[in-house]
Amino acid sequence: MSRKRMIQAMNEALLEEMERDPRIVLFGEDVKASLFGDTKGLWKRFGPDRVRDTPICEALISGMAVGAAAAGWRVVCHMMFGNFVYTGMDGIANQAAKLRYMTNGQIKLPITYLAVSGGGRSAAAQHSDAIHPVLANLGGIKVVMPGSPADAKGLLKAAIRDDDPVFFLQAAGRGGEPGEVPDEEYVIPLGHAAVRRSGRDLTLVAIGPMVRPALKTAEVLACEGIEVEVVDPRTVVPLDLEAILASVRRTRRLVVVDEARDTCSVASHLAALVVERAFDALVAPIRRVTVPDCCIPYAPVLERAVLPGVDRIEEAVRATLGWRRGT
Amino acid sequence: MAAAGSNLPREELLEMYRRMMLIRRMEEQLARDCAAGKLPGPVHLYVGEEAIAVGVCQHLSDRDWITSTHRGHGHFLAKGGDPARMMAEIYGRADGICGGFGGSMHVADFSKGIIGANGIVGGGIALATGAALASQLDGDGRVAVAFFGDGAANQGVLMEALNVASLWKLPLILVCENNGFSEFSPTATVTSGSIAERARPFGVPFVEIDGNDVVAVWQAANAAVRRARDGQGPSLIEARTYRTRGHVEYEVTFITEPYRGEAEVEAWRARDPIDRFARRLREGEPGIADELARIDREIEAIVLEAVHFAEASPEPEPASARGHMFAAVARGVEP
Repeated sequence: MSRKRMIQAMNEALLEEMERDPRIVLFGEDVKASLFGDTKGLWKRFGPDRVRDTPICEALISGMAVGAAAAGWRVVCHMMFGNFVYTGMDGIANQAAKLRYMTNGQIKLPITYLAVSGGGRSAAAQHSDAIHPVLANLGGIKVVMPGSPADAKGLLKAAIRDDDPVFFLQAAGRGGEPGEVPDEEYVIPLGHAAVRRSGRDLTLVAIGPMVRPALKTAEVLACEGIEVEVVDPRTVVPLDLEAILASVRRTRRLVVVDEARDTCSVASHLAALVVERAFDALVAPIRRVTVPDCCIPYAPVLERAVLPGVDRIEEAVRATLGWRRGT
Repeated sequence: MAAAGSNLPREELLEMYRRMMLIRRMEEQLARDCAAGKLPGPVHLYVGEEAIAVGVCQHLSDRDWITSTHRGHGHFLAKGGDPARMMAEIYGRADGICGGFGGSMHVADFSKGIIGANGIVGGGIALATGAALASQLDGDGRVAVAFFGDGAANQGVLMEALNVASLWKLPLILVCENNGFSEFSPTATVTSGSIAERARPFGVPFVEIDGNDVVAVWQAANAAVRRARDGQGPSLIEARTYRTRGHVEYEVTFITEPYRGEAEVEAWRARDPIDRFARRLREGEPGIADELARIDREIEAIVLEAVHFAEASPEPEPASARGHMFAAVARGVEP
């Protein structure tokens, strides 16, 4: 194990995979300058054929990724910020998500789209959307949301090796977060949730960047003897529903924390699934901790007011534990 | 022999006639099927524009890539797609080229380099650019052709593709089929300036040609494909043609305001690319008429066989509707 930052772990994954497979091509906006650091050094190492700076033209590059993948290359396409996905949406929603299905599975589309997603850095409304619910709803796109540097590396490797279009969403402003990363070669398969902390009183499902505040909340409550089980789905498509249901059946209470606008958040979807599949196990209503249906504001004090944090998670956990029928 | 005022080999000329006629007769069949209510979804016919797909695809092998449009039957057939499996696809049958999952707007056959028709106007342009990038990386002389209409020329992605393809010298041929209409709007009402000349500021060679003259198309495509194979980068061809049928079959049932006059359509019918080409072939070699008649009969049999194949094919299994969204998903996990 070595202590590494999230972005370093991603950089290693990209470097190791491009070393391993000469048919990986990476392109996107400013991948040479690498403003986040994930593609740092790749241009120097692999040269201008396999690592290409594109103009700022998301409508083209999102679709180019599909064409290049259909023509036999393994593609990493850097979309920079989650919000920029919207200008590249045709390539993603109409082409990448559908070409395999529409053509009766004639082809594989091994594409990894990279983007930072979510708020927390005063980047304001057009650079702060958490885009995973939009992507998850497209159907043909896998969506990966790592919660730690070790997961970032193992999941990114899995994403690159995957034969389907995958969105790898790094939490905005969290690339510097350190964590222990295994030194040996490893891959974390997509679709396998991880129980980050065991507990018998309540299941707290935390999506991507919400894993950290969820664990902090669990730590705080543990001082009072409240045992919260923190489940990290790691990928929202495919979703490891079985792991979540198994936890809920043990704890009988569920809170989902998701940095997404409330309407059609992954939290909402999960709540519906658990009610459908494990209603009998529940002894309290499911609560969701999400972003209210508003834009992400600029001023730090405003932004903190809408993003889920330890306080709101703790409040939801306590309310769920204290719930009694008829009260 | 130098038939039809060109110096193309006779075999090539006959092959182009054969392919244009195949597209025409297949689509006339589809028009009848649509009117008879036999087709589950909309069809956009290529009648009158056949010379473009055929003149271009003559220069391509199965290893070259094409992307097409919602009006994509002609490109599919010109590139060597199977007529019977195309027919079955449009009928919504299990033996369709896409198993009934795609339909008319998504006929594709990757084994023939056909990335497919595309329901999004301009949607194929970025895909072809990506395939051109893959071809450049492979360095094996393959090229990618994006067929698109004058409507798609107004999508921003064309400018993005011209920029990147020129910058990277991609083996890309952009073929604009200017058929006079952006769906139900005459091109002049929605398009300013020249489409061909949009390539100029990007340093991309361009040419405007008579898209109803298959030999002219063949010649323009020959130059563009050679250039691309030689690593000299992209080209743009604007082929002027005319959509003699509607945007979509059966549009008369819902169009509230006529968008063109019958005299205009008639004038263009008189310039039909197949009639013109057949006339030129006969003028060049009177004895060729028998051969053309033999090809016509051959085509009739292929169309008939395609219909029988499609009609005999079962409907897809309803339970398969959720299949193949992904190439692989971890076991026991909900996609």
